Amino acid sequence: MKIAIRKGRVIDPASKFDAVADVFVAAGKIVAIGEPPSDWASKKEINADGCIVAPGLVDLAVHVKRGTLTTEIAAASAGGVTSMVCSPDTDPVLDEPGLVDMLRLRAQSFHSTHLYPLGALTKALAGVQLAELSKLALAGCIGFAQADRPIVDTQVLLRAMQYAATFDFSVWLQPEDVHLANNGVAHEGEVASRLGLAGIPSSAEIIALSTHLELARVTGVRLHVCRVSTAEGVGLIRAAKLGGVKVTADVAINHLHLIDLDIGHFDSNYRLSPPLRTSRDRDALRAGVIDGTIDAIVSDHTPRPEDAKQLPFGEAAPGATGLETLLSLTLRFAESAKLSLTEALGRITHHAANAAGLRAGHIAVDAVADLCVFDPGAYRLITKAGLKSAGKNSPFLGYELPGVVRATITAGHIAFEAAA
Amino acid sequence: MLSKKNLQLNDNGDLHHLLAIEGLPKRIIERILDTAESFVGINEREVKVVPLLRGKSIFNIFFENSTRTRTTFEIAAKRLSADVVSLDVQRSSTNKGETILDTIANLTAMHADMFVVRHSESGAPYLIAQHAAPHVHVVNAGDGRHEHPTQGLLDVFTIRRYKKDFTRLTVAIVGDVLHSRVARSQIHALTTLGVPEVRVIGPRTLLPADIERLGVRVFTSLEEGLKGVDVVTMLRLQNERMTGALLPSASEYFSRYGLTPQKLALAKPDAIVLHPGPMNRGVEIDSAVADGSQSVILPQVTYGIAIRMAVMAILAGATR
Repeated sequence: MKIAIRKGRVIDPASKFDAVADVFVAAGKIVAIGEPPSDWASKKEINADGCIVAPGLVDLAVHVKRGTLTTEIAAASAGGVTSMVCSPDTDPVLDEPGLVDMLRLRAQSFHSTHLYPLGALTKALAGVQLAELSKLALAGCIGFAQADRPIVDTQVLLRAMQYAATFDFSVWLQPEDVHLANNGVAHEGEVASRLGLAGIPSSAEIIALSTHLELARVTGVRLHVCRVSTAEGVGLIRAAKLGGVKVTADVAINHLHLIDLDIGHFDSNYRLSPPLRTSRDRDALRAGVIDGTIDAIVSDHTPRPEDAKQLPFGEAAPGATGLETLLSLTLRFAESAKLSLTEALGRITHHAANAAGLRAGHIAVDAVADLCVFDPGAYRLITKAGLKSAGKNSPFLGYELPGVVRATITAGHIAFEAAA
Repeated sequence: MLSKKNLQLNDNGDLHHLLAIEGLPKRIIERILDTAESFVGINEREVKVVPLLRGKSIFNIFFENSTRTRTTFEIAAKRLSADVVSLDVQRSSTNKGETILDTIANLTAMHADMFVVRHSESGAPYLIAQHAAPHVHVVNAGDGRHEHPTQGLLDVFTIRRYKKDFTRLTVAIVGDVLHSRVARSQIHALTTLGVPEVRVIGPRTLLPADIERLGVRVFTSLEEGLKGVDVVTMLRLQNERMTGALLPSASEYFSRYGLTPQKLALAKPDAIVLHPGPMNRGVEIDSAVADGSQSVILPQVTYGIAIRMAVMAILAGATR
């Protein structure tokens, strides 16, 4: 379909292009920026006056279950996300090529988002035996992960990294020492002590991350650190990058805004994994994003049914829905951190795509037409009813956030368009 | 930022639920203590019943077993002439499908006026209070490691009966502070009432992270910590704490932190000894201390009924 997006401010973080221009899309690609190609006849015109035309968002952390694919893809499109990397902890876990094929085919049938699965690094994510990484890669897995299940045996972790490095597969790990995290549900510190909640100390992340980084250095594997949450963790990643370790990292947008105090009176929407930590950690995470130590900001989209959250804090399922608030919260972060729009958008488009090795998140002639058109000056109230995701578990319910998505275009197809 | 409303107070600043001591204004704590004082007399009469809560229905919902606490709440409710029903809701049955909120909705449909809730998870009474009908009151009878507010109130009530002026006291809380809801409630009650020095004493494995931020002084030596104190609260040490790496053995714990007459001699001569019960004699406390002249452990139990009567009467609006 031929689409013309008129009068928008086009921002491409990859090339630093930032100017008001018309964008022309045909046959799934961007065919011109500025002047239309000869003989242009639009099938569809989008008036982007006052809006920003950005690359479609690339979200590196999305948890989907089979039954919720329809709603969660709709949520992605409504949030301006055109590429999402899915964690292997689906049900059943993505440890067989057939399961990966099925998931990708189902996602493709919606024609509204690119779904990139992470395969299980070990069979059933049990941390014992390697999954068939080469076969899974052929089926479309872009990297290998353990989701929230640890590999307790360091020997297995070393072998997994060596084997992945052999074929230049990337390994994605969330650093948390299972013994230190024990049965913790909140950051170990004053807030958890006051509330009587079992704590997860910062050392649980620091120790696991130190192990991961050292093994990445030894094996030369491409390591992606998922959801760093501590100030010390940011420091370790910064030092490893300087030392030449092939490491990239992401942070959940929640952790750039919230701290453990926000748990308030046991609000289970603030039960997250990793846990919300202190203001000192939040400031270090923000600094890590600004100086590029942290490559990508992710939603860590984890939709939960209402009854999984209507429980005492410690029994509630961890995680927050997030695809529909990633853009707005990134804009808010940029505003408060005095980060330029180009830099901030880069963390949810171009830099995120690079960290994952994806050809996405870029506006250029001949590039795939993945675009997000949004009004940066408009605000919206976050409500349960307003969320398309099956999960209404947002810590930001009741917040008024900047940035309203007007249209999302995925591979030249209109995936979402706001009602006029 | 969303408002983090204090659920315990209504719009007039009166007590609506009793969920925690933290956040309770001093005037409310004092009103509960003063009201309890008037009930102590009733409990010593031959006819121990007053009609303050006639026609009210109180449900004791114990998701975690506790015969002692449940019994004192039952007695307190009966002495106020309320209709009281006690339910031991086993965790397994809630796991079979009925959630806490289902249980609460069902009991509300039976026209409950008050829920007294004990749960093994910190914060469970908050969940119930957030979803309770507006006229229903919730009393926390102990939630996980968080708080046990009526215990904290009966502790300060006992202290007030023996020591009068809170602003001149040094109080030591000894033992497993990490897992203790009693310790948290007592710390907040004491600091709110103006106690200038609250100490916690225990090995580092049993002290919560950043506990000083609650306004207490931390001691790891029992001998050091007991010097010159007016009040000693011994915390119960549960046997399951011995199985992991928290402590080597009960006898080693007793050798370091058990309260013996020799150790108690380091406190002021007129110091009193509290224990929330049930005691582990020979683990945290020597029998000679538990049964000695400085022990106020049995008066605590007696006052516990008056405190629970006071809380229920105030919540139900039966006292002005």
